[in-house]
Amino acid sequence: MSIQRNTMIQHSSIKSMFFKREMILFYLLIIVNIFNAITSEYYLDVGGIMQATRVFLDKGFVVLGMTYVLMIGEIDISVASIIALCSCVMGVVYNAGLSLPIAMLICIGVGALCGLLNGILVAKFRELASMIITLATMSLYRGIAWILLGDKAAGGYPDWFTFLSSGDLFKIGGVGVPFILIVFIVFAVAFGVILRKGVFGKKLYMVGNNAETSQYSGIKVFNIRVIVFVIIGIMSSISAIFLTSRLATARPNVATNYEMEAIAIVILGGVKTDGGSGTVLGVVLSMFIVGLLKYGLGLNSICSEIILIVVGALLVLSILIPNMSQIIKQNTQIKKVIRSQKY
Amino acid sequence: MAMEDYILELKNITKTFPGVKALDKVSFNLKKGEIHALMGENGAGKSTFIKIITGLYLPDDGEIFFYGKKVCFTGTRESTDLGISATYQRSTVFPDLAVYENIFMGHEKLGNIKMLNRSFMKEKAQELLDSIGAGFNANEKVANLSVAQQQMVEIAKALSLETKVLILDEPTASLTIKESEKLYEICKALKQKGTSIILISHKFADIYSIADRITVLRDGEYIGTWNTTDIDENRLIEAMVGRQLAQQFPKKDTEPGEVIFEVRGLTKDGVFENINFKLKKGEILGITGLIGAGRTELAESIFGISKPDSGTIFINGKERKIRHSSDAFRNKLGYLSEDRCKTGLILNMSISDNIIMNVLKQYSKSLFFLKRKANEKAEELAKALRVKATSVYDIPESLSGGNQQKVCVAKLLALDLDVLIIDEPTKGIDVGAKAAIYEIMCDLAKKGMGIIMISSEMEETLMMSDRIIVMREGRITGEFNKADATQVKILNAAMVG
Amino acid sequence: MPVTTMIKMKQGKKRISFSQNRELVLLIILIAFSIIVQVRNTQYLSLLNISDMLVDTAVLIIISCGMLMVMLTGGIDLSVASIMAVSGMSTAMIMSSNPGIPPVIIILLGVMIGTALGLLNGLIIGKGKVIPIIATMGTMNVYRGITYLVANGEQITASEMTEGFKKIATGKLLGINTLIFITIVVAIIIYFFLSRYRLGRRIYAVGSNSESAKISGTNISNVLVFVYMVMGLLCGLCGVLYVSRYSVAQADMASGTEMYAIAACVLGGVNISGGSGKLQGVLLGAILIGFINNALPMLLISSFWKQAIQGVIILAAILINVIILRRSDRMLKKGRI
Repeated sequence: MSIQRNTMIQHSSIKSMFFKREMILFYLLIIVNIFNAITSEYYLDVGGIMQATRVFLDKGFVVLGMTYVLMIGEIDISVASIIALCSCVMGVVYNAGLSLPIAMLICIGVGALCGLLNGILVAKFRELASMIITLATMSLYRGIAWILLGDKAAGGYPDWFTFLSSGDLFKIGGVGVPFILIVFIVFAVAFGVILRKGVFGKKLYMVGNNAETSQYSGIKVFNIRVIVFVIIGIMSSISAIFLTSRLATARPNVATNYEMEAIAIVILGGVKTDGGSGTVLGVVLSMFIVGLLKYGLGLNSICSEIILIVVGALLVLSILIPNMSQIIKQNTQIKKVIRSQKY
Repeated sequence: MAMEDYILELKNITKTFPGVKALDKVSFNLKKGEIHALMGENGAGKSTFIKIITGLYLPDDGEIFFYGKKVCFTGTRESTDLGISATYQRSTVFPDLAVYENIFMGHEKLGNIKMLNRSFMKEKAQELLDSIGAGFNANEKVANLSVAQQQMVEIAKALSLETKVLILDEPTASLTIKESEKLYEICKALKQKGTSIILISHKFADIYSIADRITVLRDGEYIGTWNTTDIDENRLIEAMVGRQLAQQFPKKDTEPGEVIFEVRGLTKDGVFENINFKLKKGEILGITGLIGAGRTELAESIFGISKPDSGTIFINGKERKIRHSSDAFRNKLGYLSEDRCKTGLILNMSISDNIIMNVLKQYSKSLFFLKRKANEKAEELAKALRVKATSVYDIPESLSGGNQQKVCVAKLLALDLDVLIIDEPTKGIDVGAKAAIYEIMCDLAKKGMGIIMISSEMEETLMMSDRIIVMREGRITGEFNKADATQVKILNAAMVG
Repeated sequence: MPVTTMIKMKQGKKRISFSQNRELVLLIILIAFSIIVQVRNTQYLSLLNISDMLVDTAVLIIISCGMLMVMLTGGIDLSVASIMAVSGMSTAMIMSSNPGIPPVIIILLGVMIGTALGLLNGLIIGKGKVIPIIATMGTMNVYRGITYLVANGEQITASEMTEGFKKIATGKLLGINTLIFITIVVAIIIYFFLSRYRLGRRIYAVGSNSESAKISGTNISNVLVFVYMVMGLLCGLCGVLYVSRYSVAQADMASGTEMYAIAACVLGGVNISGGSGKLQGVLLGAILIGFINNALPMLLISSFWKQAIQGVIILAAILINVIILRRSDRMLKKGRI
């Protein structure tokens, strides 16, 4: 039985769609902070919050990259493997004698290369979904990491390397502002401004909304796709650098489940999986919501398992609740009409 | 006529959507064994009306009677049970499934232990296919069939349901003339058997070939019903549009200049072969032929969407390689595609963004997008073409076909073009808006642009073109000047070669 | 899926038989591969080893069959490993503290748990209209979290398991190993269901053209609920089988299974946008993955190479598939004029 339903997607102009989502996320952020403050007396320590950012912000770079990927309607589930591979290559190369800055550059290069392979495959073989292609490369990249390091670890980094993830850039009123936070903010602003006000961002919206029309309108869609995947490859390598700095070691099994978390955060932030809509602001808010929530729960000694449940539930509910309210509204409307018809 | 003599009757049907009144007290009746045409411009409400008959939509007000008894549909099930079925504009076949499965979807035949009785369904399906002269196997995967064959599957499906009322929505939209004639025969045969048919069509050929009566809707309102023999085309147009259209085609009296564009030996294996033609400045070159002749594929090859296997393109005398739309734009060559919604516009983006899409480079300064400058240009172009919209920040999805086409033209005018290829300039556009598009085309030609117009409409081709090229199965089979061209010659070249 | 439907219809030409003979190609690859390995290690094609490999791959085969149905509707289920974990962990804990319960009941409990979780997935996707990848990504985390909670930091090892339970994986039914037997039964049931039953064909219809399916009277949301519920059922079953086979229940068990199942389906020719895919292909795909996994240690290839090789194989398989499809398209076009 099918009764006429209005389509799920609201055809309001893109602008108003933005505002709704970001406001909701902002309220959520405030709620999370209030919740944390109530449940733990340790939470409202700014130093502690800064410490929290040190822990979850390494994911932030790949999350930014994932925003662009989802924006053009693709997906990349190989990012965790790219992080692992970059980290291992950096470790191996450094322990082989090269200087750490060079090793870091090579790390970024590897990330770019992995992204390049992904991008070319996705752009060239349109019959294959990016999900499938990155499923294959996900195994391949982490597999190479395993071949490189096996069950060993690569460590021995100098102090300044550890500073990257744990050090403060400067102090405000006695509280240290982490270096990683500043770097993240710089990247986030860059990504956001480019998306909102840059020509490249405009092209991303166009390709995400209708790639065919874009192809007919002078936009080199192939190039856009490759570039986006290279970007996320590079961002993954940057995440790898910070992650390795925090862990002080490189192993092939790091960053497990990062791809799922990154995708979840981006979707929670309002970017739709078929592309063409979303903002960096929403994603950043979502990132902090999830990160601070995890931190707050951790303060209450709630085990990471429950945190897993909460994040998973948050993702599903963020889409389910708006959907349900729309469905209920439509159903009551239809019931009203039927009642009036059956005189 | 007494109410019981009508198999289907609708009275005072009203349907409103947020912001728009789709139908306003529309009435309609259908006799048993009659073919009744429903006509009207795009947006007149025909599709909505049909969806109410099939039960997809609920009317806000009004009554529906079937064989004199009042009915109220809350879903497609009830209308299907009564014997009402429809073939829709958007194809409803399942490409991955076999023909017989498509035909029996929704009313499969079950055998022992509730398993599907496949042999029965295959046999019955083949019978149905043979009865309409389909000529293919019921076991075939639908994705392997041509568009016309898929349509026959849909008709066979409607037949399998012991249909009393068959609704055909633009059935000949993608069919060749021969295939359309086959469809007319099927309709006449069904009429003999007592099936009533509601036919929605824009084509007078359809209407005057098989319809008994015609009902016209305009802007959601019921205008009138006539016997086909009592009304001619002009009065029908008048009823649909609401005014006399004095002259549909603008006068074109400029003389073409020198050759600005030439194609030599263009070939794409399996699609088109050895295409040669020249285009002069200020000339409108019409390319016509049957559907499937390869015209759109030719245009897309020239424009750089697909790669030709051999041949050369000369622009202003110099050989050019065009591999992408950006190459084409750089060489002052533009293309207005056939399917506006799929390849011409981004329906979810503002009109302004759509218009400046082709020229993003002009509005970018060191990575930033010059929003204000772009909006100004977009407004300027939209105003010049008289696009009917509240503002350039609206999205084209809500515009009528004619206005969407104007946005597409504006998009191309943002470029500096010497050559413009327009593919089916007035497809899916109501009669009123067509005239506006023709005016724009003549205007551009007068200003010196060379226009290649791909068209399947005979009148449009004959009246607008300075020269006409006819294609058949990928080859050029005829070339005529405006003075020598006649309908017969063109059809001959298009069908016989 | 109207856009992909249009693409499929535009292609209206006869595909050269590769897609019909994909199963044949996979079989040839499997045989060729086996011969290569056999040359290196004569133990490979021994009855004992083949039997061992099949038992090892049994769970993957069953999960892949379920994944086939999910993917046919155009969906995906990332939570399969987590459902297996909840089922495996819970039943193991129940069994270890209530050794009197017969193994069949344990299996039934696992099945019920899996079905309930699958039902939840189905409701979120079918009724809640959340797209499958997001829904199952979320439930994947939730269910895994539940597994950790249930486990409470413990493992259930072989010594805590009843003999009867361990026998599930080692025992025989009608002369064949129980796991293999169950796999065969499941595969046969699903094969007949998908090809000979109305609901089975409706599953294809939903993936092929969901709008049209709705118009023809199919209740799409019910079909989706059903498909994910069955997937959950199979996961619940496999959770118990997995624990029995490896004689240990750990909270992080079975992770990665979802990717292998999806890979098996992709190798087997299932279209990720739904509507087409054959069970035979999926079976061969799963067996190929499972056998390659097993062959690597036999070839004295260090297990560190396993993942990379798998990645290469999947990549090669999907690329070869596309290239051959394109070639057959081009050959068809040449014949047109």
